[in-house]
Amino acid sequence: MMVFSEEQRILKDTAREFVTEHAPVAALRKLRDDVSPDGFDRVLWNAMTELGWPGVLISETYGGAAFGFKGLGAVLEETGRTLTASPLLSTALIGATLVEHLGTPAQKVQWLQGIASGQLVTALALEETHHHAPQRVTFTASGASGEFVLNGTKTFVLDGHVADLLLVVARSSGAPDDTDGVSIFAIPRDRNGVSVTRTFMVDSRNAANVTCSDVTATKADLLGGEEALGRARGSLDYTLDLARIGLAAEMLGSIEEAFDRTLAYLKTREQFGVLIGSFQGLKHRAAEMFSEIELAKSVVMEALDAVERKDEALPLLSSLAKAKVSDTFHTVSSEAIQMYGGIGMTDDEEIGFFLKRARVAEQTFGDAKYHRSRYARLSGF
Amino acid sequence: MKTVMNLDTFRTETREWLEENCPVAMRTPQPEDEIIWGGRNAEFKHPDSKVWLARMAARGWTAPTWPAAYGGGGLSPEQYQVLQSELARICARSPLSSFGLWMLGPALLEFADNAQKAKYLPDIVHGRIRWCQGYSEPGAGSDLASLQTRCEDKGDHWLVNGSKIWTSYANLADWIFCLVRTDFEAPKHQGISFLLFDMTSEGVSTQPIRLISGASPFCQTFFDNVKVPKENLVGELNKGWTIAKRLLQHERAMIATIGRRFGTTVAPVEALAKRYVGETNEGIADPVLRDKIAQHQMDTHAFALTTERAAEEAKAGMADGAASSMFKYYGTELNKRRYELLLETMGTQSLGWQGDGFDNQELTTTRQWLRSKANSIEGGTTEVQLNVIAKRVLGLPD
Repeated sequence: MMVFSEEQRILKDTAREFVTEHAPVAALRKLRDDVSPDGFDRVLWNAMTELGWPGVLISETYGGAAFGFKGLGAVLEETGRTLTASPLLSTALIGATLVEHLGTPAQKVQWLQGIASGQLVTALALEETHHHAPQRVTFTASGASGEFVLNGTKTFVLDGHVADLLLVVARSSGAPDDTDGVSIFAIPRDRNGVSVTRTFMVDSRNAANVTCSDVTATKADLLGGEEALGRARGSLDYTLDLARIGLAAEMLGSIEEAFDRTLAYLKTREQFGVLIGSFQGLKHRAAEMFSEIELAKSVVMEALDAVERKDEALPLLSSLAKAKVSDTFHTVSSEAIQMYGGIGMTDDEEIGFFLKRARVAEQTFGDAKYHRSRYARLSGF
Repeated sequence: MKTVMNLDTFRTETREWLEENCPVAMRTPQPEDEIIWGGRNAEFKHPDSKVWLARMAARGWTAPTWPAAYGGGGLSPEQYQVLQSELARICARSPLSSFGLWMLGPALLEFADNAQKAKYLPDIVHGRIRWCQGYSEPGAGSDLASLQTRCEDKGDHWLVNGSKIWTSYANLADWIFCLVRTDFEAPKHQGISFLLFDMTSEGVSTQPIRLISGASPFCQTFFDNVKVPKENLVGELNKGWTIAKRLLQHERAMIATIGRRFGTTVAPVEALAKRYVGETNEGIADPVLRDKIAQHQMDTHAFALTTERAAEEAKAGMADGAASSMFKYYGTELNKRRYELLLETMGTQSLGWQGDGFDNQELTTTRQWLRSKANSIEGGTTEVQLNVIAKRVLGLPD
């Protein structure tokens, strides 16, 4: 079903009211201009915790709100409208999913409770180069049975510089492109040998480079314990698909907002004695964008539903969603800047934030090209 | 009020009746040349198709939801759904394909007087009369309302002069429903009337139109002092545009179902790519073509999901329905892209016109590629669709 339930719609409306009031685009501008050390507002995160958002995927056993994945999708879409900076993606979605899927019972109790209570922020340290390539892991975890040494560099770690716990994807055995031999270590950011360099991205959202030099880890740090050693691939891939879909939902909200603002501009800006929205060239481009956005909505809704119904085709639908939404955000953000004319190029105007966010989001967890290839491979061509 | 019990009974009775009355041969896929259009010169390639039509028409099930008074089945929407599902269950062929059923009939039910309904509807239901549509003119395509076919009041009859174009099957039709101008002084939308007349009337002639893709059902139709009985005017004089617009809605709904109605057995593009371009461990041998095919398949997938979503939203009573206004535009452009992709994939093998050196599928692909160019023109051009979206959905100013 590609429609939200009554409950989910209420959640969505609440989310919209909340971010409109407490985290408008102006809030992102402020974080940027103040060079906020955290890169997100902890007061806002506390307020989100009151609403149950950090634990939206987490079972009530661990103090979560258990709204389900579609519920999270609804919330993320609304945060996308205002370009809200928060650890929702890194922690409420990725951290919660990875720990739930791979963690030992003790790890789940500790970390899921931590996430649900808003106390624990996590960051997935995955990327090793400037294009998403999760199948290749060269970051090493050497040693065995209880004592490990971590070495390597991770880049573009979302919320890396504020995370309490880094979830580091490491190779414990095998060759760089092997499916097997991948392990995930949960390392506190302040452990000896861990060096985190915040990277100031164009979209003013948190990312960092993380280097580990002979960082020691025990099996308590190994997500899933000893029996999970070298076997994290399945959980990682599943988590990445959920991350792509959640991100696509957030991007959809940003797309809708950028489009709404552009339409509003077309209906107010006058030149040559008429509203520029009356020019057929612009009308047609707006109508084309409308059509693309309708398709983007469909692939997001279908992917969200696929997660909840545990569809076998989830990887295919995840790539479909990320690719289509990436292309649509690319188009809408480019058109928005063009249609806003000179004023849209000013920093004072907010539309530029949407362009900046678009390109960063497009590159996160695989761009359109990456996912077209994946879609083809999963489809058998 | 229909209770669940009544619907179940209806289903059982329907299933039994179909079992007895739908000939086995009519439960097989229907080739294009066995589609039953009816009319005075109706052809029934398969004898059972005549029997099937007669039986369904007698029951009014060629027009299941029309009033029984005019030969229709008189079914409720729920019963109609049941009938459709029972027909699909046995893969029953459509007993009758007809512009009368799809377009004119619904318009007559809404706008015609009782005498006209009694005169025309039963013949449509039974497939005795085949209709064609006289709308577009050489000078009135996208701007249909600017039509100039003249209809003069001669006291005891109308006199029609002019010509229509893109009249599908005009050379095979018995009657025409025609938009004519009855007032040349009024603003263009207010001088149009809706007229019905016999194609065998003196002064009516047709000429088939050959397309870039070869033969087509389209014709140009000429009216040279054609006399039409006064009572053949439907609705009010000069108020025909209202009827025309409503009929266009039915036409667009019809175009949307054509694919489902007749279906196509087209090989997926990626299968053809493997055959004509080859494959490696990484998939289709040409990575650029592979990427283009992936893009197209994703667009197709996303579009299918969108039509599904619109149906789900309609069912859930969600007012929006905005998505559906883009279907004709997006679907036709997608189809055109598909054929261009096929051409890229098949190279010169998709560029044969006829004869040796090409197989049937290849020659068909060439013709279909050419024909597909019309998809974004007929039934409202892409440009018109975008105008409609911009105005009605997005509220952009005139």
